[in-house]
Amino acid sequence: MGMTISQKILAYHAGLDFVEAGELINCKLDIVLGNDVTAPVAISEFNKLGLSEVFDQEKIVLVPDHFTPNKDIKSAEQCKIVRDFAKAYKIKHYFEIGQMGIEHCLLPEQGLVLPGDLIIGADSHTCTYGALGAFATGVGSTDMAAGMATGEAWFKVPESIKFIYYGKLPPWVGGKDLILYTIGDIGVDGARYMSMEFTGEVIKNLSIDNRFTMANMAIEAGGKNGIIEADEISLDYVNKRARRDYKLFQSDADASYYELREYDVSKLEPVVAFPHLPENARPVSEAVDISLDQVVIGSCTNGRIEDLAVAASLMKGKRVHPEIRTIILPGTQQIYLEAMQKGYIQTFIEAGAVVSTPTCGPCLGGHMGILAKGERALATTNRNFVGRMGHPQSEVYLSSPAVAAASAIKGKITPPWEI
Amino acid sequence: MKFSGKAHKFGADVDTDAIIPARYLNTFDPAELARHCMEDADAEFPNKVKAGDIIVADKNFGCGSSREHAPIAIKGAGVSCVIASSFARIFYRNSINIGLLKPGGSLIASSARTLRFMSTPATFRPCTILL
Repeated sequence: MGMTISQKILAYHAGLDFVEAGELINCKLDIVLGNDVTAPVAISEFNKLGLSEVFDQEKIVLVPDHFTPNKDIKSAEQCKIVRDFAKAYKIKHYFEIGQMGIEHCLLPEQGLVLPGDLIIGADSHTCTYGALGAFATGVGSTDMAAGMATGEAWFKVPESIKFIYYGKLPPWVGGKDLILYTIGDIGVDGARYMSMEFTGEVIKNLSIDNRFTMANMAIEAGGKNGIIEADEISLDYVNKRARRDYKLFQSDADASYYELREYDVSKLEPVVAFPHLPENARPVSEAVDISLDQVVIGSCTNGRIEDLAVAASLMKGKRVHPEIRTIILPGTQQIYLEAMQKGYIQTFIEAGAVVSTPTCGPCLGGHMGILAKGERALATTNRNFVGRMGHPQSEVYLSSPAVAAASAIKGKITPPWEI
Repeated sequence: MKFSGKAHKFGADVDTDAIIPARYLNTFDPAELARHCMEDADAEFPNKVKAGDIIVADKNFGCGSSREHAPIAIKGAGVSCVIASSFARIFYRNSINIGLLKPGGSLIASSARTLRFMSTPATFRPCTILL
């Protein structure tokens, strides 16, 4: 019997020829990641071990991105813990303000995560790197601490669900719509503990930024990881950035899957997820005329250059609705700069939007755009849980950058073709 | 193993933002996190929870973020036992790592037991769990 790509990557890092779903294995890690919320807890645990060094100074990545630039004194203290640790243990990949970005936009851009890698990150959206053909999964701070100390982690080998997308993507429909539709189909625990393998002709033709969006939201279906086999599109992105060797893996034709799910995307509309779960996915036509107070375009899900390009194409020469607070968050400094060079930032500012330094900020109700009681936002982020962006009685709808930009202009949820 | 306390009942898909909202993640002090535990699911929970109390919920408890602050908040609030039809993966692993799951098992995935409990009308009642 063959193995899935996820099983192969885990087996390789465990030094085994074969693993099967349910097996408990110990693996060597390529990257261990933490941020300003999770790393302080991990550092506190790491310090209890009394070690004088980490397992590898080049394989730990620390990115203060959630509440940065420091939003208050407590956040400043947490960032200081991370900064001091990075200095004391000579962590090579610590990203200070000015170099930093939202971690899951930043690590691929910097060539720190590559196909075939095994990555743990103390952030649930670590699964984003599956878009490059890596096995990447979110863990808590204690696992991060153990990873920093030993360079290893234990895993239960997951079963896999294979998602096959075929047909021709309609205009204005992309990775965000595909993943919201999929989560709407299987539910927020539909892939609990499992690997989500995205395949099919639609995925083969999908841009790398759209692939990141899809893998990013695997966790919203409970997935342990989301993964797309590396191909010309992803290797074109990787080869411009990689500074070390990597290894390509593919699923075997006779690999065993928990389930196969096929979707014909030809008639898919842009998708909007209603409060308060990402599984509440409906076609945009069922969401029209829902009034809004705020639109957020950015995050580790949709803060990349292609996302900003789509938003700018709709906002060019237009004004956002006077009663809508529109907040744009480029994912990294590099993306910010590229957006500036391409004129997108000017477009956003002239349209009446604000452009923020890269930060997770409002996505998790941290800062830079918190909602008051009774307010409603449409966001290109990944979660619309109760209180996610602010007051427990506020509401978040999720969509693609195209729907978000169109809605910012009209002041209510609007399909992009109406602009 | 026996746990006695009041049982606090919650629904399906209780996410980690409900267990501990991100606005409190600028600290990882267990006592401070406990003061806001479950706040967005039940604003009164931090005031009424007592040491030894039990949380009972439907499927996929702890879905969402990887924040270890979520089981830390529950443990800090003195909750002795969490019973749910199923748990989200990262929360479950974190709960074991921080010792919310004690020897003998204070974190139980049990559909039958949970469904029986969930079908009773009380949202807050004395309860004894025998393991």
